[in-house]
Amino acid sequence: MTITATNNEVPAKGRSLWDDARDRLLANRAAVASMFVLAAIALISVFGPILSPHQFDTVYRDYVKVPASLEAYPRPEQVEPAFQRVAKRARLTVDSYERDGDTVVASVTSSREIDPRTSRYFDRSDLFKDAQVTDFSDDNKSATIRANVNYMHFYFGTDANGRDMMTRTFIAGRVSLTIGLLATVVAISIGVLYGATSGYLGGRVDQMMMRVVDILYSLPFIFFVIMLVVFFGRNFILMFIAVGAVEWLDMARIVRGQTLTIKRQEYVQAAEAMGVEDGGIVRRHIIPNTLGPVVVYMTLLVPKVILLESFLSFLGLGIQEPMTSWGVLISEGARNLQGAAWMLIFPSIFLTSTLFALNFIGDGLRDALDPKDR
Amino acid sequence: MHRYVLGRLLSAIPTLFLIVTISFFLIRIAPGGPFDLERPLEAKVMENLNKIYHLDEPLWNQYLLYLKSIAQLDFGPSFYFRDFTINELFAQSLPISMQLGLSALCLALVVGGVLGVSAALRQNRPADYTIMAAATLGVTIPNFVVAPILTLILGVWLGWLPVGGWNGGAFVNVILPVVTLALPQVAVVARLTRGSMIEALRSNHVRTARAYGLTSYMVVVVHALRGAILPVVSYLGPAAAALLTGSVVIETIFGIPGIGRYFVQGALNRDYTLVMGTVVVVACFVILFNLLVDLLYALLDPRVRYD
Amino acid sequence: MFKSMRVTALAAALMAATSLTAVAEVVYHRGNTADPETLDQHKTSTTYEAHILRDLYEGLVAYGADGKVIPGVATDWTISDDGTVYTFKLRDDAKWSNGDPVVAGDFVYSLRRIMTPETGAKYANILYPIKNAEKVNKGELKPEEMGVKAVDDHTLEISLEAPTPYFIEQLTHQTGLPVHPATVEAHGTDFVKPENIVTNGAYTLAEFVPNAHVKATKNPNFHDADNVNVDTVFFYPTEDRGAALRRFQAGELHTNNDAPTEQVAFMKETLGDQFRVAPYLGTYYYALNHEDEALSNPEVRQALSMAIDREFLADEIWGSTMVAGYSFVPPGIGNYGDPAFADYKDMSQIDREEKAIEMLEKAGFSESNPLKLTINYNTSENHKNTAVAIADMWKPLGVEVSMLNTDTKTHYAMLRDRQDFDVARAGWIGDYSDPQNFLFMVESDNTGFNYARYENPEYDALMDEAAATIDLEKRAEILKQAEEMFMRDLPFIPLMYYGSMNLVSDKVSGFEDNLLNVHPTRFISISE
Repeated sequence: MTITATNNEVPAKGRSLWDDARDRLLANRAAVASMFVLAAIALISVFGPILSPHQFDTVYRDYVKVPASLEAYPRPEQVEPAFQRVAKRARLTVDSYERDGDTVVASVTSSREIDPRTSRYFDRSDLFKDAQVTDFSDDNKSATIRANVNYMHFYFGTDANGRDMMTRTFIAGRVSLTIGLLATVVAISIGVLYGATSGYLGGRVDQMMMRVVDILYSLPFIFFVIMLVVFFGRNFILMFIAVGAVEWLDMARIVRGQTLTIKRQEYVQAAEAMGVEDGGIVRRHIIPNTLGPVVVYMTLLVPKVILLESFLSFLGLGIQEPMTSWGVLISEGARNLQGAAWMLIFPSIFLTSTLFALNFIGDGLRDALDPKDR
Repeated sequence: MHRYVLGRLLSAIPTLFLIVTISFFLIRIAPGGPFDLERPLEAKVMENLNKIYHLDEPLWNQYLLYLKSIAQLDFGPSFYFRDFTINELFAQSLPISMQLGLSALCLALVVGGVLGVSAALRQNRPADYTIMAAATLGVTIPNFVVAPILTLILGVWLGWLPVGGWNGGAFVNVILPVVTLALPQVAVVARLTRGSMIEALRSNHVRTARAYGLTSYMVVVVHALRGAILPVVSYLGPAAAALLTGSVVIETIFGIPGIGRYFVQGALNRDYTLVMGTVVVVACFVILFNLLVDLLYALLDPRVRYD
Repeated sequence: MFKSMRVTALAAALMAATSLTAVAEVVYHRGNTADPETLDQHKTSTTYEAHILRDLYEGLVAYGADGKVIPGVATDWTISDDGTVYTFKLRDDAKWSNGDPVVAGDFVYSLRRIMTPETGAKYANILYPIKNAEKVNKGELKPEEMGVKAVDDHTLEISLEAPTPYFIEQLTHQTGLPVHPATVEAHGTDFVKPENIVTNGAYTLAEFVPNAHVKATKNPNFHDADNVNVDTVFFYPTEDRGAALRRFQAGELHTNNDAPTEQVAFMKETLGDQFRVAPYLGTYYYALNHEDEALSNPEVRQALSMAIDREFLADEIWGSTMVAGYSFVPPGIGNYGDPAFADYKDMSQIDREEKAIEMLEKAGFSESNPLKLTINYNTSENHKNTAVAIADMWKPLGVEVSMLNTDTKTHYAMLRDRQDFDVARAGWIGDYSDPQNFLFMVESDNTGFNYARYENPEYDALMDEAAATIDLEKRAEILKQAEEMFMRDLPFIPLMYYGSMNLVSDKVSGFEDNLLNVHPTRFISISE
């Protein structure tokens, strides 16, 4: 979009800054590879939960905190104890137990008459399916139960409620990527515009604008969030407001600082002498020259925003269960460090890969947009 | 210049006043008061408590009372830590947080600076990528993950360093918190330095200096770095203010009695005076550091002038 | 900056020097949930404050290592026939840490102080059974008119409003601990500062650094000082339970009075007997809003309660650190028999679920007209997991659940201010071992605790009757009737009985598991 717009301004002769930038970005192998990684993660987040065999909110009560594994659950040694447990719940005594491949056959007795509906107990367990009660004795106090073992895979393990971590990690990406990227873009846009304006105009205006930043920065953020929750309830937009309200402040300061030096550069003064409007100078000369630090700061901002979101969830403003985000999953995982490390590892891998990719793209962008590097 | 500094310091007063005023009323909007417990209090007991802390007076009066007391630098009694005044709490915790923050800041500057310069000198070569990737790792893993992992490995498994506690700021107790606190900053400083160093190395005065035949090492250090450090400085303003006022995550995980925890404790306990105290402290740091940064600008780059 | 660095270095050198000279000193590093709000016993309310205060002070009665009441400053006591006058005989050798004898007048002073409105005691109401105490606390009478009297230096007489069978139990609460009158008079609220404080317990305060530690050292004037093994005890606020576990693993803490529930399986495996779980006097419950249209129907409430698989919650979500709860009063409580269990306690989960579906259908809820509920809880990993599991258990009933979490203050302010809610999480840990301390919560005039807005005159009448009954067996019977009514009407759905978790190093002895989870340091010894 910007590319065509700039093309119109600059007459046909030569290549525009944006054309150059694009070519150079595409020539940067690390950046290109990172774009693919980022795209892949985005695709997994969007389509993964749909393709996954598990729902992100299904609770498997028999599989609480099972470790990540490529093998299917239940493990062979888990089947019999589980069968005994279910039988006990159904008030049955298991007389003989036999396992034939994926089928379990057992003869059971009870002190009372056995209800044919007893099979429900086995179907309700996450380990068995297609249970049948047959061969009733005359007094109906003994029978044979036949059930198939229900195999499931939990490649990333399960969480404290027995929910599939893989599907949850995928779906968490939707929230985290959205808020991470969108809120960052919003924060950067406001911060860059505000900072560049303040620095360029200088003097009293600069002082006033920067004092506003100081004030906003010093206000107690937690109360601001609690107030939002109490008066407006919980919703996604508010989360952006809360994040946006704080995260642009640092950006504004950094850009303003850069602007102070840039505006004394020869080319800016030349443009001023030629009578270019203030707005034009800020847009064409100041902002492009601040992009280096902006891009670097962005790479810091994305993880900050993603983790801030999990803090907002703590105060009740973030996303709500059963939906989740990487920040929430990782802080849960960190508490399970000893004992259930998979709850930390997999969401962390996704977050870290995303941030790495963003860093390399950021570096590539910076190098590509560097006006002196042509 | 003196006039400028004086003007800035004077302008801090209305800024602080606005911050205090807005915060004072903002925190009173939140539900729950300092004396609400999971177990509700008898109405009469609550009334007695409110009376002791002047919470029964009209909000407006409380505000004036508060202004009067902070004008005398008295931040009042804490509502949660009832055996202490805010001044006592801060006198004890602020130096600790500052010591931690300053150490982390220095570490980040030195390590980040060295990494950034070395990477810039080898732009787009494998060494550049390796350094940057390593630095990036520091910023991608949140500190509430890094801290437990480091303590688990170095403290619990290997037993080399204490897992927690401040112990009067003993060196062994400080290592892990400082490193954890510095890690993300190292990454940012390294990246900022690398970026602006690359720019600076190409600028005219560095080229001129090189043409005069100074050894390239000197060129790098003296000329390029001076220009390159500006973005780092503008980043450091807010970063330093944040670092020196403590980190709730680091302090909680390592059991350090710094000021950072008071931000969250104060808010969650609705300890109004404590929250107001932290607000004022942050505001002072922010104002002070922004002034310092602006002065540093003028010092490092003669082109910057404040009219 | 430099100056403070030098001071730090000096302090470190000093500490090194002192630790060299005092080799034989026994130091106990004790993890303790959070920092005390205050060390003024009359202003405290929490259990983690109690742990510290019971080391610093000794009341008329105290707790033994097993959590049973033992004589404290009072060696024995007599109760008048009508159960309203208690006469305590105080020991001769009780001394304050400055050498002053502990006399009956100190207790009179202390009890008057806590009831004086100006003190602002949060938990004064626990001593309301004392004659005129409530009126004094409300400013209607002068402190001197309270029913406490020093007959002589070693005889204390306390008169009650009405017979209160759990009064001795109540005196074990930290609100019953004495203050040193002369110190309080001299220093006012600053009497708690280490340089001023005078205590009569096994320990006396040496340091209180918020967010770092409370340090207490042995009181040589304590009457049983010869049998006290630990010389110095450090109480560390361990708000981050994961970090506390790591500090325990590294040997930096000898004990911690909590453990990260997330890592129960790991702790059971690696720590063995050092990870202890014991029954605790508390109930974890969901309050149901009786003013809500759907929830005003008792059938709906029963259906919701019935469908909850409490064994799953206790064993899987809470890693067996809780026990499935089918009554509001936890079992094992004093002055009571078995609590009134829900009648579906022994029904199988599937049958319960089927019955619950039936009941909800009868109440007019079905898949086309689902019951929509919001569960409010205060933010915590396990409260969240519990809510998620319960939402899943209610799903087959066609109940659509959404969840709302807020920070603790907001949550309880919401309950207290009686804002609109459907289902809200709460928990109650008994202050003393008596069923009254649980069942009083839903009396219709208990505006603070009756989150459900339960109003039943019959229930109130039973509670009043129990209060007037001296015969303990008869009283227990009446209270049980009240609990049966509770379980029928379900103002709260009891979910689990709390368990207490402790991390206790092998080096520590004398740390006995008990229902009240009290572990006075004076009975603890540490071997190297």
